Amino acid sequence: MALLDVENLTVRFDTPEGEIHAVNGVSFTLDKGETLGIVGESGSGKSQLNFALLGLLARNGRTGGRAMFDGLNLLDASARQLNAIRAKRIAMVFQDPMTSLNPYMRISEQMAEVLMLHKGLSKRKAVEESIHMLDAVRIPDAKNRVRLYPHEFSGGMRQRVMIAMSLLCHPEILIADEPTTALDVTVQAQIMELLADLQRDFNMATILITHDLGVVAGFCERAIVMYGGRVMEEAPIDPLFEKPTHPYTRGLLDAIPRVDQGQDALRAIPGNPPNMAGAPKGCPFAPRCGFVTERCWAETPPLVAFDGARARACYRPIEEVAA
Amino acid sequence: MLVFILKRLAIAIPTLLLLIVFSFLLMHAAPGGPFTQERQMPPEVLANLNAKYGLDQPLWQQIWSYIWGIVAHFDFGPSFVYKDRSVNDIIAQGFPVTLTYGGVSFLVAVLAGVTLGAVAAVKHNTIIDYFAVGISIGAQVLPNFVMAPILVIVFTLILGWLPGGGWRFNDPSYWIMPVIALSTSYMASIARIMRSSMLEVLNSNHIRTARAKGLPGYRVIIRHALKPALLPVVSYLGPAFVAMITGSVIVDIYFSTGGIGKAFVDSALNRDYAVMMGVTILVGALTIFFNLFVDIIYGWIDPKIRY
Repeated sequence: MALLDVENLTVRFDTPEGEIHAVNGVSFTLDKGETLGIVGESGSGKSQLNFALLGLLARNGRTGGRAMFDGLNLLDASARQLNAIRAKRIAMVFQDPMTSLNPYMRISEQMAEVLMLHKGLSKRKAVEESIHMLDAVRIPDAKNRVRLYPHEFSGGMRQRVMIAMSLLCHPEILIADEPTTALDVTVQAQIMELLADLQRDFNMATILITHDLGVVAGFCERAIVMYGGRVMEEAPIDPLFEKPTHPYTRGLLDAIPRVDQGQDALRAIPGNPPNMAGAPKGCPFAPRCGFVTERCWAETPPLVAFDGARARACYRPIEEVAA
Repeated sequence: MLVFILKRLAIAIPTLLLLIVFSFLLMHAAPGGPFTQERQMPPEVLANLNAKYGLDQPLWQQIWSYIWGIVAHFDFGPSFVYKDRSVNDIIAQGFPVTLTYGGVSFLVAVLAGVTLGAVAAVKHNTIIDYFAVGISIGAQVLPNFVMAPILVIVFTLILGWLPGGGWRFNDPSYWIMPVIALSTSYMASIARIMRSSMLEVLNSNHIRTARAKGLPGYRVIIRHALKPALLPVVSYLGPAFVAMITGSVIVDIYFSTGGIGKAFVDSALNRDYAVMMGVTILVGALTIFFNLFVDIIYGWIDPKIRY
């Protein structure tokens, strides 16, 4: 049985301008110790999908569908049930380490409160264990620096603190929401390397949310490509990169600049991300797709499994066009 | 930190000196004087009076001897109008009253305002929020000179529950109406500031982190949201304090509480130079100390501020 089984998850926001359909029926599973990438551009619903899992949506957000974790549907769990799972069994690392740590509290306080809450440790014991975890994420001189405030750390160090904080209770699932987006490139590599090591050491199932295909390729076993709040394609990493079957995945891969092919210009996917207001109709990628048909506009393509572990939602996949 | 406080206190001295000189000059620039009356006084009498109070000396000499009196003897001089009372007496009598109901009003305004604003933000867009916003708007549009007579009509004349005026230190029923009249509009302002800053903080990333830790809702608010949400309130306290001192004039007049607010207005009307100066210096010094206090609180809340 899968550790996490998400079925037909939807997220909607009520706004004065109407209903925003951020996530529209996403299904996936996550096994114990597995690394899953969720890829998509800004506004594809990938972050909201994961906020929904831990009940962290903004106040005007509503969810639908199911997300089964250890016999409990996370989407209609009570606040008390969720609080017992948050950080203890499912932890999150957020995108922006500058603002995601509390700027008014010492690191020691922010970390210790997690252990005091979930493990009932005394303050002293909790700080001690926090220092061990800061050592584990390779923060030099953790013993003294645990007393500092977030603004006294660099961006990369802050993200290490964030990661250490999320691992305190040895969670079964770690959700990393664009953990390197706010960092510069050399630091990005260090953080991803650290995450990969820790993922192995702690044997956590990990969901990595990112718009960076390179990061996914290096870190994940399997990936989901999202667009317009839907899953476009799902596949193990190697076949996904070698033989993308969805026009959107193909467009994303083509947009990666290649040093070895002497390109003059960046190849972007023409058009803009979809407007998420109002109920969706047809394939969300239809307006930007080169292979679009009448049917793509009228009906939403279902996610169909093929080739064993793969699945896609497309009426005219690449290989049919090529044939 | 200690260095910062000492430095600020050192700056306070020239600030107060400037305040004294400017007020002194402004006061003397206004036409008339303490002995100007409807009935003409014989010029010899006037000259004698002026000589007795030193008003015949050049202005710089008057300022100098005034400042020297304060520095050397802590003596703010005699009242020009009440023959047997010194300024020290007048302040010693009125200031404890003002300090008592002013301090209580200030505490009430801060505690009630912060609570009301925080609850409204946490219960955003619910009946409780609308109710809290309603109260704060209602309280804001009722200035204290309108509120005071309404209070007297309702609680003294109609219900007969509270004394309509006067002051007793040992009977808090005398305190209630002055405190309500003085604190209500500041309570409302603090509630509005608190509500909007709390709403902003509750939408910030670090609050989402706190929720993701599994902390119960009330602990997220008390441990993580309250401190940052208080910052704009703290910066409002300085101006609010000054405005409340001014507001105490109205309270003193409506409720005959006998605070320094009344002494201040009377001294201005009577050209009682010495009392006017004394109260001005007192209020100036209080304002300086209070702003220092606000800055210290600010540094305590926000670790990014270093002194």
